[in-house]
Amino acid sequence: MKIIIAGCGKIGSAVLGDLAAEGHDVVAVDKSSAVITELTNIYDVMGVCGNAADCDTLIEAGASDCGLFVAMTESDELNMLSCFLAKKMGAENTIARIRNPEYNDSSLGFLRQHLELAMAINPEQSAAREIFNILKFPSALKIETFSRRSLEIIEFRLTEKSALCGKNLIEIRKKYDAQFLICCVQRGEEVYIPNGFFTLQAGDKIGLTASQSEMQKLMRMLNSLRKQAKNIIILGGSKTAFYLAQMFEEVGSSGVKIIEQDEQRCAELTAVLPSTTIIRGNGAEHELLMEEGLDGCDAFVSLTGIDEENILLSVFASMQNVPKTVTKINRDELAAMAKKMGLESVVSPKEITSSVLVQYARALENSSGSSAVETLYKIFDGKAEALEFKVAAESKLTGVPLKDISLKPNILIGGIMRGRRTIIPSGSDMIIPGDRVVVISSQNRLGDISDILK
Amino acid sequence: MNRKMVFHICGQMMLLEAVLMLLPLVTALFYGEKCVFSFVASMGIALALGAVMMLANKPKDTVIYSREGFCITALTWVIFSLVGSLPFVISGEIPSFVDAFFETVSGFTTTGASILRDIESMSKGLLMWRSFTHWVGGMGILVMVMAVLPMTTDRSIHIMRAEMPGPIVGKLVPRVRQTAKILYVIYIGLTLLQIALLLAGGMNLFEAMIHTFGTAGTGGFSCNSDSIAGYSPYIQWVITIFMFIFGINFNLYYLALIRRFKSVFTSEELWAYTGIVAVSVAAVAINIRPLYESLGETLRYAAFQVMTIVSTSGFATADFNLWPQLSRSILCLLMFIGACAGSTAGGLKVSRVVMLFKAVKRELKKMLHPRSVSAVRFEGKPLEDSTLSGVCIYFALYMAITLGVFLLISFEPFDFETKFTSVLACFNNVGPGLGAVGPIGNYADYTAFSKIVLSVSMLLGRLEIYPIIFLLSPSVWFRKR
Repeated sequence: MKIIIAGCGKIGSAVLGDLAAEGHDVVAVDKSSAVITELTNIYDVMGVCGNAADCDTLIEAGASDCGLFVAMTESDELNMLSCFLAKKMGAENTIARIRNPEYNDSSLGFLRQHLELAMAINPEQSAAREIFNILKFPSALKIETFSRRSLEIIEFRLTEKSALCGKNLIEIRKKYDAQFLICCVQRGEEVYIPNGFFTLQAGDKIGLTASQSEMQKLMRMLNSLRKQAKNIIILGGSKTAFYLAQMFEEVGSSGVKIIEQDEQRCAELTAVLPSTTIIRGNGAEHELLMEEGLDGCDAFVSLTGIDEENILLSVFASMQNVPKTVTKINRDELAAMAKKMGLESVVSPKEITSSVLVQYARALENSSGSSAVETLYKIFDGKAEALEFKVAAESKLTGVPLKDISLKPNILIGGIMRGRRTIIPSGSDMIIPGDRVVVISSQNRLGDISDILK
Repeated sequence: MNRKMVFHICGQMMLLEAVLMLLPLVTALFYGEKCVFSFVASMGIALALGAVMMLANKPKDTVIYSREGFCITALTWVIFSLVGSLPFVISGEIPSFVDAFFETVSGFTTTGASILRDIESMSKGLLMWRSFTHWVGGMGILVMVMAVLPMTTDRSIHIMRAEMPGPIVGKLVPRVRQTAKILYVIYIGLTLLQIALLLAGGMNLFEAMIHTFGTAGTGGFSCNSDSIAGYSPYIQWVITIFMFIFGINFNLYYLALIRRFKSVFTSEELWAYTGIVAVSVAAVAINIRPLYESLGETLRYAAFQVMTIVSTSGFATADFNLWPQLSRSILCLLMFIGACAGSTAGGLKVSRVVMLFKAVKRELKKMLHPRSVSAVRFEGKPLEDSTLSGVCIYFALYMAITLGVFLLISFEPFDFETKFTSVLACFNNVGPGLGAVGPIGNYADYTAFSKIVLSVSMLLGRLEIYPIIFLLSPSVWFRKR
């Protein structure tokens, strides 16, 4: 499919790389010719230099016959305008990045409808959502939810003390009566989709699926349940910080502190976040952090615009025995280094956005098939994928017990959602039309549920 | 330097060359000639060499940067020429290896300069191979591979940039592979069209293929000593027109195919190219009018000779050595200019010449109005200063190499005109020059040393200088970035 990415900043160029790797024909549009030269050197894409809302530029990029147009420039207004123009020229689907909170309230629906946007994406809000989920369930390094939270996949690391170490999956299943499934294991750099005889070791990072209530039960059994974080220090008053604080206010929590340097920004934040404490000061000063009770807080979230600063301050917070640190990092290479330094919960707005777009493009491509991708998460640093499919019609997969289906290697069915029920499947369960099925896969590129068959 | 990847890709190229030799092999089988064996042997050598190079250099890391792109391109061309000269040597029809190498480089670089004194005595299989090298080299060896094989790296644009001529190399569509495919489809389409037109003019298939390959690659090898002179006016006109067609930037054909005619007709380079051709034809025709009887004949000879030089093909229908000095000077100048960027022709390229003139104009204006700010515009867009300085530096290097090569071969016992035009004709991939290397002469009398120097200059001309320079500089190969 032909995809145009207008605006190739940090997020735009990451998305571009992922979409080109997916096999799409990608055209990059940016106003800086240096950026375009660099991108065309690294990726197999075509570059067009110009203003994304200029009709001539759009014609040159071929907006009239593209399957997907994504506007990712700095300016929300420019994104809306260029999506509007591209749509009028004949682009089939348009996606705009709209991140200003003022547009992200009730007016968003109106904008989307009248600009005929297929989707509006807000990386900051998505990142805030992900951080919020982690802080509500701090035992996990990362949580992704499917189908309105009826099924979750969490990543966490096995410590020496964990009861799961040294057991294989069949033993684990017998011992605990909770409904869960270990569906992905990372050991060192390798990611495995385990079978029943796979033995877990201390230090493994495991991914498991379970419904939300079962997850609490399981963690309690494993003695690794940690309470929901209440006292939270957020460093940097960015848009992400605003969205995150807003989410906590909505659930009635008032233990959130935001530390921000800029006076005007502080004033803006106080105006819109009545029950959040806003502190004006330089968060890089340890004195200030200690004064604000860093050593007693439940979680520390660093959301400044500078990756390096986020990493260093999270490391400092871990040294003060803060139980949970979450670090926002945009550059992949720094994220890998941060993990080496012991920072486990790393959130990357870039990666989140990229997953959303990859999923959307894949769903578009397979829209003719029986069942397209509904949700896609890149898990374990992009080494595996968790996908949700809606099974629409009868096929070879439906009505057959799972043990009788021969799947491709490195694929596992992690959960089935049927109406309000969530089934963690065993060999005797079967898929029926109307189900939503979560599939975990590494080394495969799935676009349709039938792709999992051999 | 990712040496493994460089050798791995060069190994793949060898396998391709073996496959390409199938066409002359079939020709030789068809005519029942003795040279069949030499092709089989050469294919065996190419396959063995390619397989060894590929297997001994399994790259762990497939990332390539611009330096690998340059080296892959240059090395491929050198090895291709070395292996390509084997059939000539093994069959014994060109016994000296240096001669065979000269002939093959001349083929792949689409120069068309020959050391053969008696073309008619060559076997048909070898003649087919000789002309087929033009066709392969015209659009580019690596571009062909990119169209056929999936490249293991995203960054194959570096290879394409090193091989495609012109100051700015861009893609037609997002994927390099798709771009390469489109270029080859257009190329093959035009080739088939010309073969059909030549067949309609009464040529047999063998000769039609030989001359079409020579035209398409803008090479100029023929199977007759008197080149095209013996054919009917119809055939001469067909070849004239196709030389013009193959001298146009192939991107324009793609734009025409996707119905963006406006961009085609506003192409500055196309207009400049047409203008240069028209003015030159008119000037030469007026100058040689007294030599020929009818106006039609004069025009035909003038048009053919101008096209053959400006498209850097090097066919001939008349011995322009005998023409007046003005016409010969015009032809000499045209050798420098060449045809459009992104075509199969050699020379400086029209777009560079236009940019150079515009840069000069801007510089002059700057002297009169020291504070004026102005951009050089080309094809409707302002040019970046880096592109412009790239063009100027290329021009300086180009002139330096012309003079350097001239100095190297100046010990030869020929007159000034012969030696100077030999350099021009080889470096610009034209083929025939003036004097002893004119349309009816050849390069056989040069010493082996000069032949090698001229071969290198042909490669320099085809690959636009830089890849060969990097290939020869040890720091590129041995320093760890």
